[in-house]
Amino acid sequence: MPTVNDVCQHVRSKNAGPFWVTFDLFFDGDENFKKYATSPSLGPDLFNRLFGADTSTVKAFPVPSLNMVKISYGRSSPQGGEVERDMHCGQQFVRLLDVELDAVS
Amino acid sequence: MLEKPIKIIVPVGSLGAGVREEELAYGLSKGATAIATDAGSTDSGAAYLALGVSKNNRGSVKRDLTLLMKAAYGAQIPLIVGTSGQAGGDKNVNWTRDIALEVAGELGIKPRIALLYSEQDKAVLKAKNADGKITPLPPSGALDDSAIDACEHIVAAMGVEPYIAALEDGVDIILGGRTTDTAVISCFALWKGAPWGPSWHAAKVAECGAQCSDYPTNGSGVLLHIDNEGFEVEPLSTTNRCSPHSVSAHMLYETSNPYHLTEPGGVLDVTNAVYTQADERTVRVTGSVWNKKPYTMKLEGAGIGRYQTVMLIGIQDPKILSRVDEFHDNMLEVLNERVKKTMGLKDDEFHISLRMYGWNAVSGEKLPADTPPPREIGVLFVATAETQEIASQMAKACNPYFFHFPLNLDEELPSHGFAFSPADIDRGPVYEFLLNHVVVTENPMELLRTNFIDLKKEEAA
Repeated sequence: MPTVNDVCQHVRSKNAGPFWVTFDLFFDGDENFKKYATSPSLGPDLFNRLFGADTSTVKAFPVPSLNMVKISYGRSSPQGGEVERDMHCGQQFVRLLDVELDAVS
Repeated sequence: MLEKPIKIIVPVGSLGAGVREEELAYGLSKGATAIATDAGSTDSGAAYLALGVSKNNRGSVKRDLTLLMKAAYGAQIPLIVGTSGQAGGDKNVNWTRDIALEVAGELGIKPRIALLYSEQDKAVLKAKNADGKITPLPPSGALDDSAIDACEHIVAAMGVEPYIAALEDGVDIILGGRTTDTAVISCFALWKGAPWGPSWHAAKVAECGAQCSDYPTNGSGVLLHIDNEGFEVEPLSTTNRCSPHSVSAHMLYETSNPYHLTEPGGVLDVTNAVYTQADERTVRVTGSVWNKKPYTMKLEGAGIGRYQTVMLIGIQDPKILSRVDEFHDNMLEVLNERVKKTMGLKDDEFHISLRMYGWNAVSGEKLPADTPPPREIGVLFVATAETQEIASQMAKACNPYFFHFPLNLDEELPSHGFAFSPADIDRGPVYEFLLNHVVVTENPMELLRTNFIDLKKEEAA
């Protein structure tokens, strides 16, 4: 199975306000976008497993015109708490890169 | 309806980041009739709101304001600044006001200035809360009055209405408190009668300046053209360009939803927006829709949490680096015990975290078993406690163990690479955003105040 890194040309993460984090996965083209953008491997469970996200907050928005999918979830602790290690969530995308993707059936 | 397109210079992503004089000249030569920029956001953390201080240094804000005030005054067009002083609290606005007054004196100009304040009174907010007029945004719950009390400062993010009122009043400069990034830029076009969908969408695209271009580091700002059917955006740097990809991709930036953007009084919907290359450097956008909603304003409140003291060491010893996790776990256990024994603190009265930079500091998660050892790590010790004094005492109690902790307890004590002496650094409190709520207002001005400064009149008086 390919990884996120194999099928995306660019992946990034960032706060969307202090209470949300958002991931942008830009696929390398139309074909892989159709195959993987809504893959169950990128579902709420993944974000729970990797980041402790509450699955009910995880939302995915495919944007076909850009061959990308945006996935957002409510931060488990707001930006800047006592145990903050990534103030802007700018490094969170790294943990997605090795995730293996099932194709959309 | 507009008789001709509205042209607005958005000179920079945030006031103080570096306005370029030649870009202002280009925008003015194209017939811009306003300059608009924000001066902050929540992105850098809650400290700036809690303390009422700027993130940028005074010199860089003064430099940008000097260039902008000179250009705007020379062209007799308004200069509009939102979220002054990073957080847009009253103190942040007044800090920016004082710089603007100093600049006006140095330039020998006498502008009329509107100051828009959106800092909130706690009693007013509690009354709103009791009245059921404050609702949570996900993922937060209902607002408890104790959260209001715990905030040092609370602001409501303004929409376009106070700006339009100030423009209607004929001021030369508007310095606004906390405002949505987009409202600062869309207000001028809306005041002139431009359509709402394109005006808000144009503002969203331009809010980070040249970030929406192909080469975000080539230049600082963009020029917007807003007309009756849509808008166009071009970089102010003539060697840069916008493409449908760069412009549409910016709608994704720092937003949780790529199609809908909630603003005071409505929602921008760009689901059916069409992006086309108008000329080599310019992108045209049509199909943006504004859906009017009941008027709400987002509240932001910042509070002060517990205090922290930090220490830093570097380790290159390969024996330790081949067993980083074990070293971390052993040291953390010993340090926790040390604090309990020497200071009598209970588990819930303090917290120690060790962050292994070069290994797993950012995630804090265990790495795969086959991860090769690093060549060097930095270990950041973070003590957290109720007061700065306690956090500082914790660091001092841990100092000998942190700096000389061995891999095996039966070996000679090593000395890890100290970065400084004294080794402990009191870094102050943790600042936190405590509100994630919106307030329903009777009208857009209900929770706001506007002050005017007329330098011409002050001179006459």
